[in-house]
Amino acid sequence: MKFDTVIIGGGLAGLACGIRLQNRGFKCAIVSAGQSALHFSSGSFDLLNELPDGTAVANPEKAIHLLDKKHPYAKIGDKFPVYTQEAKQLLLDAGIEVQGDSKRNSYRITPMGTTMPTWLTLTDFTTLETPNEVIGKKILLVNIAGFLDFNTKFVADAFETNGAECKIISVSLPEFEKLRQSPTEMRSANIARVLENENTLNALVAKLKEASKSFDTVALPAVFGLSSNDPVKKIKQLLDIPVHIIPTMPPSVAGIRTQKRLRRVFELAGGFYMLGDSVVNAEIGDGKIYNVYTVNHGDIALYADNFILASGSFFSNGLCASMDGVTEPVFGADVDFDPNRNTWYNASVFGAQRYRTFGVATDDQFRIKINGKVQDNVYAIGSVLSGFDALQEGCGAGVSLLTALYVADHLKK
Amino acid sequence: MNMQQYNISDNNFEQCIKCTVCTVYCPVVPVNPNYPGPKQAGPDGERLRLKRGEFFDEALKYCLNCKRCEVACPSNVRIGDIIQLARIKYSKSKPSLRDMILANTDIVGTMSSTFAPIVNTTVALKPVKKVMDSVLKIDQHRTFPKYAGQTFVSWFKKEAQAKQDLFPKHISFFHGCYINYNYPQLGKDLVKVLNAIGYGVHLLEKEKCCGVALISNGLINQAKKQAKININSIRKSINEEKRPVIAASSTCTFTIRDEYPHLLEIENDDVRNSIELATRFIYRLIESGKVKLKFRDAAPVKVAYHTPCHMEKLGWGYYSIELLRHIPNVELVVLDSQCCGIGGTYGFKKENYKTSQGIGASLFRQIETVDPQFVATDCETCKWQIEMSTPYKVKHPISILAEYIDVEKTINLNK
Repeated sequence: MKFDTVIIGGGLAGLACGIRLQNRGFKCAIVSAGQSALHFSSGSFDLLNELPDGTAVANPEKAIHLLDKKHPYAKIGDKFPVYTQEAKQLLLDAGIEVQGDSKRNSYRITPMGTTMPTWLTLTDFTTLETPNEVIGKKILLVNIAGFLDFNTKFVADAFETNGAECKIISVSLPEFEKLRQSPTEMRSANIARVLENENTLNALVAKLKEASKSFDTVALPAVFGLSSNDPVKKIKQLLDIPVHIIPTMPPSVAGIRTQKRLRRVFELAGGFYMLGDSVVNAEIGDGKIYNVYTVNHGDIALYADNFILASGSFFSNGLCASMDGVTEPVFGADVDFDPNRNTWYNASVFGAQRYRTFGVATDDQFRIKINGKVQDNVYAIGSVLSGFDALQEGCGAGVSLLTALYVADHLKK
Repeated sequence: MNMQQYNISDNNFEQCIKCTVCTVYCPVVPVNPNYPGPKQAGPDGERLRLKRGEFFDEALKYCLNCKRCEVACPSNVRIGDIIQLARIKYSKSKPSLRDMILANTDIVGTMSSTFAPIVNTTVALKPVKKVMDSVLKIDQHRTFPKYAGQTFVSWFKKEAQAKQDLFPKHISFFHGCYINYNYPQLGKDLVKVLNAIGYGVHLLEKEKCCGVALISNGLINQAKKQAKININSIRKSINEEKRPVIAASSTCTFTIRDEYPHLLEIENDDVRNSIELATRFIYRLIESGKVKLKFRDAAPVKVAYHTPCHMEKLGWGYYSIELLRHIPNVELVVLDSQCCGIGGTYGFKKENYKTSQGIGASLFRQIETVDPQFVATDCETCKWQIEMSTPYKVKHPISILAEYIDVEKTINLNK
């Protein structure tokens, strides 16, 4: 098989890059070993919340010059504000409605009810200008009876700590009771499917209207809209008071919708998405990769002018840690890591973890190296890269989107 | 001591991190609340079953064996295999007469082909459908695929076999039950296309049903017996006669390549790479420049391609799609890859009819929105389901190639 570009990894970075390349006239294939981390998405995209030393960032655009030159954002450099705009536009063009500003972080509500800074948020969810916005509000916190991935007590405690007054209720409908026959499957995506039925949604809205009469705000788990955000819009429109949609534990309904939309846009643009397949081998020449072989395609190789590694971090097996070190399994690319294993971890589990900054070593253009030699036609994007701690800095989605677009723009036919 | 050697299973079940992505993509879960879903039925339940077999849940029978859970799994867990193996190992329910009739495609096919006009007319009668519905629990909404009066094999022996040795190159054809008993035309189309590109087509020494329906209906010993016969014939073809084996059905191909070793403990390592789908075989020849196809001028047609579940699992939709795109007058729309709901014999069972149609509903809607001249797919049971549930005809990519290929020009081009 012959493509202009083969992308390994079909999550946020791989898809954003694929869409951009298809739009530039490149013929792309994406090889994806199973579904991506977007299924665990919060519904927000972080750009930069903290510097590595823990200093909070209010305006990401102003803070990037404070980052080390090994940070992926440092390689993007002056183009950073341009790419934040274009990344947002890419999502909007894909029908993924987001709001947010790269000059000013806003606050999102987490599944635990706490607030965290962020960049773009799906319009399903509520964003706050400041965490204090809920002071004095009477909030009705509603759960679907039997749904265990929404911790109402935690959320209520967090709201009350911030000065709100909360009441927790749970609602039930016959349609949910049917789902509860199999209690393990009372999960967000299945509830969302039940609520795609307009009558069921209307029945829920009627119950909410009745229950929320003396409240300022209704807060609900994010169990609406697997294929579009119409159900959320409808609820917000039918209730007379503001509605907070709070993310749930995985799987993330909004994340699944995002993944589906991006994949659809990529395919409509002519890209080929190979799900459930993984690269097992590559023919590597002098500073260049000729082709890759996958499990499913066996002896039929995928040839391309360029290859893009978007295989994710440890969780997605884009990186593998062993007792002796950290490796990149697809190409055996050089990895930045500290050989002294004792320095990998921080005893405080919520602290910055050094191992999270490990990743594939790249040159200024994000090209990978094998045994120290730069590979002319192989690029790495997203969380497989080294030089940042996505969790501590709050920059995972930003790095994925921005490096994807940057690399897509620098490929030559 | 390396402890890990004791906790690595063939099915990777200990790699499951409980992320629930499999359940999100299970086609059964949204429409049948009695099914516990792939995570619970697969790796979660397996932990309990390993402890005590009595934790086995008969609701695992609602699994379609579509393998979409495996395609979605980010951790490479063979969820579908875990579920099917648990059914094989622990299920106490015995296959009913109905299940045996549905599963024994060879015996039923041989009998029905002999008396095709009578069988076709009888099973299409409303009172007969009612009786089958109430006595056999075969849903009355179902229309049985028609049986052909002459099987593919008898046509082949009479009309085509003699000249096959004259071709410079050769393959063996695993025709499967559907082509043999129900739709010999697809087999004839395959012979036409392969002959045009210089390949002689041969039958295997012995061919039995691949066994997919026997597996899903719990007739494992019979499935193993048939699989052994098939693999022996396939070995002879590949190793002695040097003929690769190709099939037209994505499910037969998948069963022989993957279900034989994973579910029936029949090793096929030595021949697995030489068993493939007809569309992949032809794609490979075209891509490597060994073969060229010439098509005749024809009016433009809009075709919608449906990716069958086992095709999705094989990851080979690309080949059929690219071949169809190769035909100048075909405008191809690729439908979202989703289950049609039939699951082989699953959808014919009365207790599954509602689930089956519920699963397929969104596919049927998409086909109606696209409104093609016809649908293309590589699976015979998807074809039945789509034809029973929409007004659209369904054709196999090989039949579409056969329809538009210019045989003479193609022969000359490949001389």
